[in-house]
Amino acid sequence: MDNSLTLLGLLGVAPSYGYDLKHSYDRYFGLKKPLAFGQVYATLARMVRDGFLVETGTEAGGGPDRRRYEITPAGRERIAAWMFTPDVPSESLQSNLFAKTVVALLTDEDAGHLLDLQRAQHMQHMRALTRAKDGADIMHVLLYDHALFHIEADLRWIDLTSARLEAMKAQLK
Amino acid sequence: MDRPHQRPPRSHESPTQVIPVLSARTLHKRFGLTHALRGAELDIMAGEIVAIMGPSGSGKSTLLHCLAGVIAPDEGRILLSGSDIGTLGEAARSRLRLTRFGFVFQFGQLLPELTALDNASLPLLLAGKGRREARREAAAWLDRLGIGEQAGKRPAQLSGGQAQRVAIARALAMHPEVLFADEPTGALDSLSAETTMTLMRDQVRAAGTTLVLITHDPRTAAYADREVIIRDGRVSVDTRAVAA
Repeated sequence: MDNSLTLLGLLGVAPSYGYDLKHSYDRYFGLKKPLAFGQVYATLARMVRDGFLVETGTEAGGGPDRRRYEITPAGRERIAAWMFTPDVPSESLQSNLFAKTVVALLTDEDAGHLLDLQRAQHMQHMRALTRAKDGADIMHVLLYDHALFHIEADLRWIDLTSARLEAMKAQLK
Repeated sequence: MDRPHQRPPRSHESPTQVIPVLSARTLHKRFGLTHALRGAELDIMAGEIVAIMGPSGSGKSTLLHCLAGVIAPDEGRILLSGSDIGTLGEAARSRLRLTRFGFVFQFGQLLPELTALDNASLPLLLAGKGRREARREAAAWLDRLGIGEQAGKRPAQLSGGQAQRVAIARALAMHPEVLFADEPTGALDSLSAETTMTLMRDQVRAAGTTLVLITHDPRTAAYADREVIIRDGRVSVDTRAVAA
């Protein structure tokens, strides 16, 4: 996920102070890893420099002045381009698991069992995510769903590979 | 059958209870030339939710049918709370299925001409309950499964998820010790499957019922405490053994 563009997108909702923006980000996207304040302010300064944001005032407080940021038309164009440009699908080929499976077949080890063990490991992660959905708010439920479907895709690869072990073994001989 | 709606202690809560509610010991089952089970071994503790998974033809359905007393193994033993049920005759197994086991299938298998309430009441009536009592208990189960308002509808008027919840209510109304669910979400969309599994899990937990699931769907299996993978008629991986 591109943190800079995500922050810019949040500023597309309404002008905001860096402090509030960081908390908005963490609420929606920072479940596992909240953004550091330093990263937020550095990103905002860079986007001001690039013309995607402008500072629209400061507010004096007990500490440093609070700067208020507002998205520019160029910033909105950048966000639109980001949102409506599809991402290239990840080409994660389970390379380590693929290698282990091939080596198991080459060495007459039980490749099916190896895949079953990996499957169990994936299922353990799915169980944890499913439990985490209990009582979670809808934003987090969506995030957990996303993770669950990605793991499920890996599992489908494992299932299909299991079904193809004999064919793979024949080809490797 | 008249056990109160109260869950017994689960295995991990009661260290003194070591006898599994269900055990398979060296099960073998052949269908003609097909050797469906080849020494399957499994222990299931009271109150556990166990997902049995495996590729088509791995023997998982045969294992479930043996555990549930639907078929008898050729060799090996099935122990229900320590007592061998594998050698029981058909009549005795049939009684066992009625009184101690519950079943949920992929397509709820509701009677189309009966309402949801009548479907859920039916096993209670067949077991000898009075009509009023049976309907009262069945209605309470429909409420627990979030479909109390659908009680007067026939299966054709229900969504797939609602019909499946009626089937779960019908099974749980009999207070089974073990509920067997064969692809319970196989015909449901993702959201209905999630609702159905959440409710089924919560209700079997509350009742202390052991749930044995067969599923191809990993998102459904993720509601289980433990996964057992069957391959070539044997247990290939049991996540409890892995965790231990």
